Amino acid sequence: MSMADDVTAHPEGEPDIRPGVTPDRTWPLYEVFVRGKRGLNHVHVGSLHAPDDHMALHNARNLYTRRNEGVSIWVVRADAITASSPDEKDPFFAPSGDKVYRHPTFYEIPEDVPHL
Amino acid sequence: MDRDEQQLAEAFDATVAAEGRIEPRDWMPEGYRKTLIRQIAQHAHSEIIGMQPEGNWILRAPSLRRKAILLAKVQDEAGHGLYLYSATETLGVDRTELTEKLIDSKQKYSSIFNYPTLTYADIGVIGWLVDGAAICNQVPLCRSSYGPYARAMVRICKEESFHQRQGFELLMTLMAGTDAQREMVQDAVNRWWWPSLMMFGPADGDSPNTQQSMAWRIKRHTNDELRQRYVDMTVPQAAALGVTLPDPELRWNDERQAHDFGDIDWNEFTAVVKGAGPCNAQRLAHRRAAHEGGQWVRDAASAYAAKQAERATRRQEGEVAVA
Repeated sequence: MSMADDVTAHPEGEPDIRPGVTPDRTWPLYEVFVRGKRGLNHVHVGSLHAPDDHMALHNARNLYTRRNEGVSIWVVRADAITASSPDEKDPFFAPSGDKVYRHPTFYEIPEDVPHL
Repeated sequence: MDRDEQQLAEAFDATVAAEGRIEPRDWMPEGYRKTLIRQIAQHAHSEIIGMQPEGNWILRAPSLRRKAILLAKVQDEAGHGLYLYSATETLGVDRTELTEKLIDSKQKYSSIFNYPTLTYADIGVIGWLVDGAAICNQVPLCRSSYGPYARAMVRICKEESFHQRQGFELLMTLMAGTDAQREMVQDAVNRWWWPSLMMFGPADGDSPNTQQSMAWRIKRHTNDELRQRYVDMTVPQAAALGVTLPDPELRWNDERQAHDFGDIDWNEFTAVVKGAGPCNAQRLAHRRAAHEGGQWVRDAASAYAAKQAERATRRQEGEVAVA
C-alpha cells in the first residue's frame, strides 16, 4: 500500500503514474488525531486517504473539523503505527495484572490521618 | 470449527453480550464482517448519492443564506460518506472497490434518493422527513456493537440534527408565506411521506436478516419498531407546521398508545429497489460521470505529491540549491 510501489519519480523529474491505476486505491491511509482544545490530548477521530502528508492534513481539516472541533491536527501514515496485537492481549498486559501495590488503595492508613 | 476458533467465537459472543465493542483487529465471525460491510457500505453510498437531489438546488437557492446552508449540508453528506467508508475499510475492504461496486450496481443505496426534488420545498421536506427518518434509524446505531461504526454514527447524528432543523425552519418560512408557497409545501409532503416510511425497510415479517443483526447487536430495533417511532414523532411536527400527512388511516390509537397508519405500497418499494424508480439510472450515471470525470484531479494530486517528494529528496542530497 505504500505510495512508492505505485508512483515512482522519474529521473528527469516527471512523475510516472501507472495508467489505469486509480490513485486513491494506492494513496496511503492516514490516521487522524485532533486536539479538541488547548489542554487536551490529541484523540483519534478516523482515517482518510491522501497522496502525501500535506494533503492529508488539509483533507483532515475539511473532513474532521468542519465545526471547530479542533485546534490542532496530527496525521500519521497508518503503516507507520506499531500496535499491540489483540490476540495476545492477556499475556501482553499480564505484567501489570498482579501488581496491586501500584494502586493507592492497596495501602491501609488510619482514617484520622489527614491529607492522605 | 476447531477448538481455537470455538474459543474465539465464545469470546466474541461474550463481548457482544456484555455490551462491549468489537474493534477492527478482533476475531469476528465471517457473517458478522460481511453483514457489517454490506450495511455500512449501503449507508455510505446513500450519503454520497444523497448529495444529488439536494445538489440539484444549490445554484437555484432563493437567497445567499439558503445557498450557504444547502452547501454546508451537502458537504456534510460527503463527510458522512467518508466517515462510513473509513469504517468499512477497518473491515478489510477498500473504498475504491466499494465505489466501483456502487457504480456497477453491485451494491445498493437507500431508495429514497431515487425520487426527484421538483421544487425548493422538497429541500425542506428532505431535511424534515428524510433526515428525520434517518435520525430515527441512526441514533440506535451509535450503540452498535462494532466500534468504528458506532463512533462514525455519533459524529453523523450530531450533524444530522442541523440537517433536520434547517429543513423544518425552511418549511416554517414557506408556510408563513403565500398560498402558493403553502401548496408547494403540501405537495412536497404528499410526495415524500410514503417513501420516507419505506426508508425503514421491509416489514419485520419480510426482513430475514433482522434477527441475526439484532443478536449481533449491529441493529438495535426492528424496522417496524423504528417506523412506528418515526410516525409518532412526526405527527405532532406536521401539526405544528400546518400540513396534512397524506394518509386517511393515520390516527391515534389510545389502546396502543401509538398512531395507526395505512398500508405501505410494498410493490412500489420493491420496484424502486430493483431500479425502476424515477431517478435510479440518472443517479448512477451522475455518480459514474463524477467518478470518471474526477480522475484527472486524482492524477494531478498524485503527480504533485510525487514531484514534491522528489524535490525534497534532491534538496536533502544537496543537488538543488534552496531558492
